[in-house]
Amino acid sequence: MTKVSMTVNGRSMSGDIEGRTLLVDFLRQGLGLTGTHVGCDTSQCGACVVHVDGKAVKSCTVFAADVAGAEVTTIEGMGNPDGSLGVIQQAFQDHHGLQCGFCTPGMVMSAAALLAENPKPTEAEIRHYLEGNICRCTGYHNIVKAIMAASGQDVSAVAAE
Amino acid sequence: MYAFDFVKPSSIDGAAEALQEEEAMALGGGQTLIPSMKQRLAAPSVLVSLGGIAEMRGVCIADDGAVCIGGATPHAVVAAEAAASYPALAALAGGIGDPAVRNRGTIGGSLANNDPSACYPAAALGSGATIVTNTRKIAADDYFEGMFTTALEPGEIITEVRFPVPQAANYQKFLQPASRFALTGVFVAKYADGVRVAVTGASEGGVFRWSEAEAALSADFSPAAVEGLTVSPEGMIGDLHGTPAYRANLVKVLTKRAVAAAG
Ligand SMILES: Cc1cc2nc3c(=O)[nH]c(=O)nc-3n(C[C@H](O)[C@H](O)[C@H](O)COP(=O)(O)OP(=O)(O)OC[C@H]3O[C@@H](n4cnc5c(N)ncnc54)[C@H](O)[C@@H]3O)c2cc1C
Ligand code: FES
Ligand code: FES
Repeated sequence: MTKVSMTVNGRSMSGDIEGRTLLVDFLRQGLGLTGTHVGCDTSQCGACVVHVDGKAVKSCTVFAADVAGAEVTTIEGMGNPDGSLGVIQQAFQDHHGLQCGFCTPGMVMSAAALLAENPKPTEAEIRHYLEGNICRCTGYHNIVKAIMAASGQDVSAVAAE
Repeated sequence: MYAFDFVKPSSIDGAAEALQEEEAMALGGGQTLIPSMKQRLAAPSVLVSLGGIAEMRGVCIADDGAVCIGGATPHAVVAAEAAASYPALAALAGGIGDPAVRNRGTIGGSLANNDPSACYPAAALGSGATIVTNTRKIAADDYFEGMFTTALEPGEIITEVRFPVPQAANYQKFLQPASRFALTGVFVAKYADGVRVAVTGASEGGVFRWSEAEAALSADFSPAAVEGLTVSPEGMIGDLHGTPAYRANLVKVLTKRAVAAAG
């Protein structure tokens, strides 16, 4: 066991890990931040996406030790300080961008990374960017709508539900 | 996954030394190695992260005009930073996997792994790149030795990859949508002294140069130049996604598309 420290959602956090401890396990089991989900554990589904130093990564395919000292943002860091939903989260609710909700933490984190890079993406750019995020429920249209809405764009042209 | 010791040296020398340890392995972005370790297909005793070595990250231009990419540079950084100097290479890097894979996966890891369906091997072979390691320089033509096999010695680290910049180039990837790798991919590059055509995803022997197309395109750089050529399905990969004949046909189709797109 070695000690690792990183900044998670703006707060300095530390805990004991093994070399093989995955970032997602450190977040969920070490820090109790269970909002980040494990869907596949094989780097395919994107349910586990978090930001490391502002970049979207699959936390099931990163060792915690490899990101020691980094700034990590998880779904728990996406709400407003008063506890209300952040803009992207609210848009997912407003546009019915989730059903079971399992993929949603990763979807929201990928959407946030996209909007940071490209504040007004086209529908095609959103669909392309979500290539690594799999949803078994929604059929994606409402997720794309939610992200369009979160970026302040008109959603009426997005394919029907 | 079996337990191991994790180290993260800050210099190439430090990493080379740590890799002398019995059963030590280098860790690039982990996008291939971590899944292999979960399946216990790889079980290093020491994992040496290359992510802390600043001199192995980033894109620069050498005195001779070649684009030099640090061995631990993630695909997303190549997509952004090589866009002006070598657009076809940047586009290839920007088409690997998905955004999260591109933020972690590195050029050194991709070339060391030499997956038969990976994209970077086609760019390296198609550009006649030089693979620079901590001990020597290897020409791409001497580097790829077959599926998952390269000229690298145990413990050898890819520190940089140098790409001579062509007059025109293009990569066409026929996407295998489940894996997001190439079902087949073709990289075409036109240099003053001839055209190079490298094919990934098709052959049981891994990435290869299609020399007949190179000769035809060196004489006439147009899609029509390869029209009369055929690719033998012998030795091509056959799986549930495509038969050997299907892949052999794709090689020609994608070569024509790449030439048309390169202009
Ligand atoms: C969902 C998904 C989709 C993908 N799609 C594509 C795709 O479309 N095209 C494609 O080309 N690839 C694709 N990949 C693979 C991806 O590009 C990997 O990043 C890459 O193959 C391995 O790079 P890495 O840095 O992650 O290496 P690692 O996984 O860390 O290491 C792989 C191997 O290389 C060795 N190694 C790592 N760095 C070095 C170095 N600098 N010198 C010497 N040895 C080293 C390691 O010891 C290990 O044996 C995909 C991966 C995933 C998970
Ligand atoms: S749990 Fe990480 S990609 Fe599916
Ligand atoms: S809402 Fe159920 S998987 Fe996406």
